[in-house]
Amino acid sequence: MSSATLIDETAPAATRSAGAVPARSRVRIPAWLGLTPFAAYVLAFLAVPCLLALGSGFLDADGAVTLDNLTVLGEPAVQSAFLASFAVSGITALVGAVVGAAVCWGLTALRPDGAVRSVIDSVSSVLAQFGGVMLAFAFIATIGIQGLFTRILLDTLGVDIFAGGVWLYQVPGLLLPYIYFQVPLMVITFMPAVAGLKPQWSEAVATLGGTWWNHFVSVVLPVLAPSFLGCLLLLFANAFSSYATAAALISQGAQIVPLQIRAALVSETVLGRANVAGALALGMVVVMAVLMVLYSALQRRTERWQR
Amino acid sequence: MSVALRRALLAVVGLVFLLPIVAMVEFTLRSPSGTGYGLDHWAAILDPERERSYRNLFEGVGNSLTLAVLTAALVLVLLVPTMVLVSLRYPRLMRVLEFVCIVPITVPAIVLVVGLAPVYGVVVRVAGGGTWTLALAYGVTVLPFAFRALQTDLSASNLGTLTEAARTLGASWPRVLTTVIVPTLRRGILAATFITVAVVLGEYTIASLLNRVNLQTALVQVSRSDPYAAVIFALLALLFAFTLLLLIGRVGTARAAGVPTAAPADPAASASALAAAAPPPSPTTSSKAAR
Repeated sequence: MSSATLIDETAPAATRSAGAVPARSRVRIPAWLGLTPFAAYVLAFLAVPCLLALGSGFLDADGAVTLDNLTVLGEPAVQSAFLASFAVSGITALVGAVVGAAVCWGLTALRPDGAVRSVIDSVSSVLAQFGGVMLAFAFIATIGIQGLFTRILLDTLGVDIFAGGVWLYQVPGLLLPYIYFQVPLMVITFMPAVAGLKPQWSEAVATLGGTWWNHFVSVVLPVLAPSFLGCLLLLFANAFSSYATAAALISQGAQIVPLQIRAALVSETVLGRANVAGALALGMVVVMAVLMVLYSALQRRTERWQR
Repeated sequence: MSVALRRALLAVVGLVFLLPIVAMVEFTLRSPSGTGYGLDHWAAILDPERERSYRNLFEGVGNSLTLAVLTAALVLVLLVPTMVLVSLRYPRLMRVLEFVCIVPITVPAIVLVVGLAPVYGVVVRVAGGGTWTLALAYGVTVLPFAFRALQTDLSASNLGTLTEAARTLGASWPRVLTTVIVPTLRRGILAATFITVAVVLGEYTIASLLNRVNLQTALVQVSRSDPYAAVIFALLALLFAFTLLLLIGRVGTARAAGVPTAAPADPAASASALAAAAPPPSPTTSSKAAR
């Protein structure tokens, strides 16, 4: 509905330029009105929730402005949650970036429009962005107490991976599932940069008498470095903000920041500590904002080589 | 470096990544007695006698499918006309629109849900507490994906020239929309729709913390009592999402082969909305080259 009317508004301008049909004499509704449905929607379901989430951190239970909630960010439990989140994000981002970059290099051996490539692209997208809870199940089936891998190791080698306690449902258990979605994300985001490496560059190095190593150190590394660092930040942000996998694996406790927010949201009324979730959300957004500013700065450097 | 080495590397990583999926399949095929394998758990899903224990799961599947359709409709109805209007009349606003559409990446769903809780207090009073209202929140979470998919197509098509030509020939604006704009952008619209469906089917955070039942929250609940059913449904959902994204890729390839002036609708580009903070990557470049 709205689409038809909003397009209609632009009619007079276009008819004038065409010069075929005389302008109709009716009240003109300005074209920018066509932008209002989208603007109203984004305002109500993006801007307002963001402001409420961040703003509520500064309000007490009665709605008065206060900084008291922010003291929650100094609590030992919250600080250790932030540390655990940084550790999980850092480790999985690093492993994911290195393995993902290697896969990107491997992908250059395939035809870009081949069937194998499109299967890999689709699998990467599914695992990187739509797994969530389902990836937690995948790892419970693999390295859970009754998992395939756990049983094989125990039956054939006598190795009990849970000898020191069942770590799958603790913070260390997040590492493998997170790496499982970080590597595909790296493949998706880093591949354009790798594909942008021009064969002429290696030919130029070869013509000048350079080796494969010269080409790698003096051409490939400098060209890909900004993009690699940018993707590393993106992976870090991705792990830092993901919730579903952790929530499905860790049903008790709040060892990482998103789980702290879950605990705060669920128990807010019980403990009488209003708006703690808002303060935690603020902490998360500050981290995300820093990451994204750095990312876009690096991305601007990257683009130079993708034209 | 040799092609064989690169292929070997891909094969090794591929096998490692296949392991959890194989484990899921193996898990669902274990027979209830504890030894050997069978299709018992798969059969149990369709067993009318066990229907009650899976009622929640089927409700979740139904809710998620409804939400997927509603969210796709919402996003297309709101985003397509806005993007077309902006690109035709307010090209300078494109940067602003892009920024707005990318914000949901910087704001994690777990943060958004903190602010959505009070918003839904109002929504429930106005529209009731139906699960379908979640589509309003999901529309925001899929914005980056949908924007990227549509943007790839929009920047590769000469929509301005096409609409002017249609107008010169006397077409009304509704007619231009249905016979020029939508067909021109059909690949972008299709890609945006599929990605929306995949995102909505995988969504857990918002539904779980707003206490609504969807596929993922039902999966988590069922996994406590019947992990086999949960893993079966998770496998099916992953397979479904994979098929959708594969179709997007195939659509892109078909286009690249069929229409020389158009850009290939790179599935990775549209799917990697997380990388959307960057301006359009290779597809636009290649389209310029093609022109």
